[in-house]
Amino acid sequence: MKKAGIIMIIGSLLLLGLFKFPLWNIMLGAPQYPDPLGMNIYIEGIKGVQEFDLQNIDGLNHYIGMKTIPKAEEMWEFSLFPKVIIGMVILGVIIGLLGYFEKVSYKYFLGWFLLMSVLGVLGMYDFNNWLIDYGSNLDPHAIIKVTNSDGTPMSYKPPLLGFQKLLNFDVTSLPHTGGYLMFLGMLLTLVAFWLGRKVSLKQLNNTPNKALN
Amino acid sequence: MKKFLNISIGFLIIAFAFTSCNNGESSKSNSALSTNAAEKVYIAPGEHDSHYAFISGGYSGNLTVYGLPSGRMFKEIPVFSQFPTNGYGYSEETKAMLETSYGFIPWDDSHHPDISQTNGKLDGRWIFINGNNTPRIARISLTTFETEEIIEVPNSAGNHSSSFITENTEYVVAGTRFSVPIPQKDMPIKDYKGNFKGALSFISVDPEHGHMDIKFQVLMPGFNYDLSHPGRGKSHGWFFFTTYNTEEANTLLEVNASQNDKDFIAAINWKKIEEYVNNGGGTMMPANYAHNVYNETTHTATSTIKKEVRVVNPAEIPGAVYLLPTPKSPHGCDVDPTGEYIVGNGKLSANLTVHSFTKMLKAIENKRFDGDAYGIPILKFEDVLAGSVEQPGLGPLHTEFDGKGNAYTTFFISSEVVKWKLGTWEVIDRKPTYYSVGHLTIPGGNSREPFGKYMFAMNKITKDRYLPVGPEMEHSAQLYDISGDKMELLLDFPTHGEPHYAAAIPAEIIKNNSKKIYKLSENEHPNKATSDADTKVIRNGKDVHIYMTMIRSHFSPDNIEGIKVGDKVFFHITNLEQDFDVPHGFAMIGANNAELLISPGQTRTLIWEPKQVGVWPFYCTDFCSALHQEMQGYVRVSPATSTLPLSWSLGE
Repeated sequence: MKKAGIIMIIGSLLLLGLFKFPLWNIMLGAPQYPDPLGMNIYIEGIKGVQEFDLQNIDGLNHYIGMKTIPKAEEMWEFSLFPKVIIGMVILGVIIGLLGYFEKVSYKYFLGWFLLMSVLGVLGMYDFNNWLIDYGSNLDPHAIIKVTNSDGTPMSYKPPLLGFQKLLNFDVTSLPHTGGYLMFLGMLLTLVAFWLGRKVSLKQLNNTPNKALN
Repeated sequence: MKKFLNISIGFLIIAFAFTSCNNGESSKSNSALSTNAAEKVYIAPGEHDSHYAFISGGYSGNLTVYGLPSGRMFKEIPVFSQFPTNGYGYSEETKAMLETSYGFIPWDDSHHPDISQTNGKLDGRWIFINGNNTPRIARISLTTFETEEIIEVPNSAGNHSSSFITENTEYVVAGTRFSVPIPQKDMPIKDYKGNFKGALSFISVDPEHGHMDIKFQVLMPGFNYDLSHPGRGKSHGWFFFTTYNTEEANTLLEVNASQNDKDFIAAINWKKIEEYVNNGGGTMMPANYAHNVYNETTHTATSTIKKEVRVVNPAEIPGAVYLLPTPKSPHGCDVDPTGEYIVGNGKLSANLTVHSFTKMLKAIENKRFDGDAYGIPILKFEDVLAGSVEQPGLGPLHTEFDGKGNAYTTFFISSEVVKWKLGTWEVIDRKPTYYSVGHLTIPGGNSREPFGKYMFAMNKITKDRYLPVGPEMEHSAQLYDISGDKMELLLDFPTHGEPHYAAAIPAEIIKNNSKKIYKLSENEHPNKATSDADTKVIRNGKDVHIYMTMIRSHFSPDNIEGIKVGDKVFFHITNLEQDFDVPHGFAMIGANNAELLISPGQTRTLIWEPKQVGVWPFYCTDFCSALHQEMQGYVRVSPATSTLPLSWSLGE
């Protein structure tokens, strides 16, 4: 359980990367933007990849009536997410330590992973809702109005994950360094669970022999 | 007159002799064109050229930027001329750039660009260029590609042997072509001889921000100072100037200044004069010259008039100046990359004369003088001669070097470039040019490290090279591949104005430093408006100041009322964009100047004096977005007696 506890601690600590690196990245390339515009989504707010990207994205988006990209203080998510992450890190480290000293079962590792996954899915769901609102809740006075073939207004929602073409823009949405560190951390907590389980199963198998001695 | 005729006839015979003997050669070399020249200059769409070429615009007063090897023109940088394309010299911020002691001069004849150097290598920070007619030197930033500073040169006339720089950009020189009375005075022109002087100005360049200051002027005898080049390597610390009219004639110079068998190359030990000046040598004399500096954060130029200049008399500084006899009205004065050879191309000489710096020092040491001119020692021709290239062509003008021990000289009369070897003086190759070539350029040509892959020749006559466009054609430049033993003509391309001389540099040295926008947060223009909240209209007597912003695709404000006939309206406009290559234009109907082209983050001011009652539109001239056409506004102009208050709005 010692090794598993250490891996659990390392895995939880990797989430701290989210305070330094972006969780997600959305790049917008177009013929007239050979150097694509981009936004990095941190748990504490949205920043442009280059200094003036947000300003330029907003400048372009006003033609289709999109709202400006929210400032950190304009979305409750950006004050809640850091707290959730810190909470999960502390929880993970405590569980890891308790695991190290064999005070709790390896099953707590899986519990942490499942809780983190649920929170993650909720976060993605929230993020997706925001993207939908951002991409389809358009100013009725928008200069450019594009409709789909069925007559409904076109949505400019960027993809949650992957690539999509939006008018003249090629939009790519992918996790960034902070996100990858988080996934790696979560993977490590699964490894910790698996290792812990292996060790404890071995101990279980060894117990009858011990009794014989 | 009879003498003149004799010379002309003699000249024609020589010209005939040379051209006829060259014909065989040139037709042979033409066959080299059947190679893969097109492939060598082809830059696929979206690809970048490997070199920048900065070609002077001559009488356009500008500097144009080209790519090599494609020959595509990228930009025209206004320097000494007003430029309606972007309002340079018309906008309130840039008018000061063209101020001189003679007042506002919106034109000049720009001749010789030279790129700044560190340790004899091109560093790509600035490019300098001379204004020939109203003597001036300009410094252009190679991050913004805008003219940042212009200094006028007093006591000078026809600023031709200029603007060449020393190997750590310590000095840029401004040598006068015409000698004049110093100080200027009312005197008979026929008394020229012995009374006129030629000022060679050494302008120091601040190593940090590039600001220029005339450190001293050497008052030389009344010859014409034609071209110059700095020493480099072993001859660093010296500067060489070709002279003609050592006869000091003042009329019909084509004859009277062509009498002496030898004119001079003046060798100037500037380090020695610098030391003399630093120790208090020379005298301050009253002068009157403008110094114009453009500030990149206020986006505004200011002009100050300076009132004195330090002059030195070369005869009073032993060892500072020597004269090297050089045959027949030398034009080009070119120093090879090692600094050993000084090539003096005698325009009227059949041979190319090359002097040796080492021999020159030795002759000075041994005091092998052949008299003096106004107290300046003249060295003996034989003592300083390194060698000569025998009968290479007709009318030699300029020489550049490939850094591999070869020199390339242009021949104006026989229209060709001749490649020859330094040291052995043998001719290796010759290629025709079309036609009447002046300067030629090898990237890094005026440095210790030329980049000897390309050479281009700048021709004076274009004739049948392109589709005809009436009696006046743009001049033609021709690009040659010089990487092999033989030169290969790759490309013809038209240039703008007179492509007098050029400087070229590998693209990597400057392209990554090129500025993409001006940061709005760093804009310190006193009349900026950095957000819509800052926009306003203020009346001050008959002056009305409009503080306006522009962004895709509107002006703020776009409706302005309360302006009256007889007002002087100042449009102070700030471009709020922070996106590469998104300038906006501003054009006002009836404005008596030009439009404005305002870069992202920049503020510019245009004056408009409405003369008629009505509602008058303004609009953006630079196609900026899908709604560019909608980027417009109106100014309502009421009678002079109107009491309508000022008002302005956007979106109401």
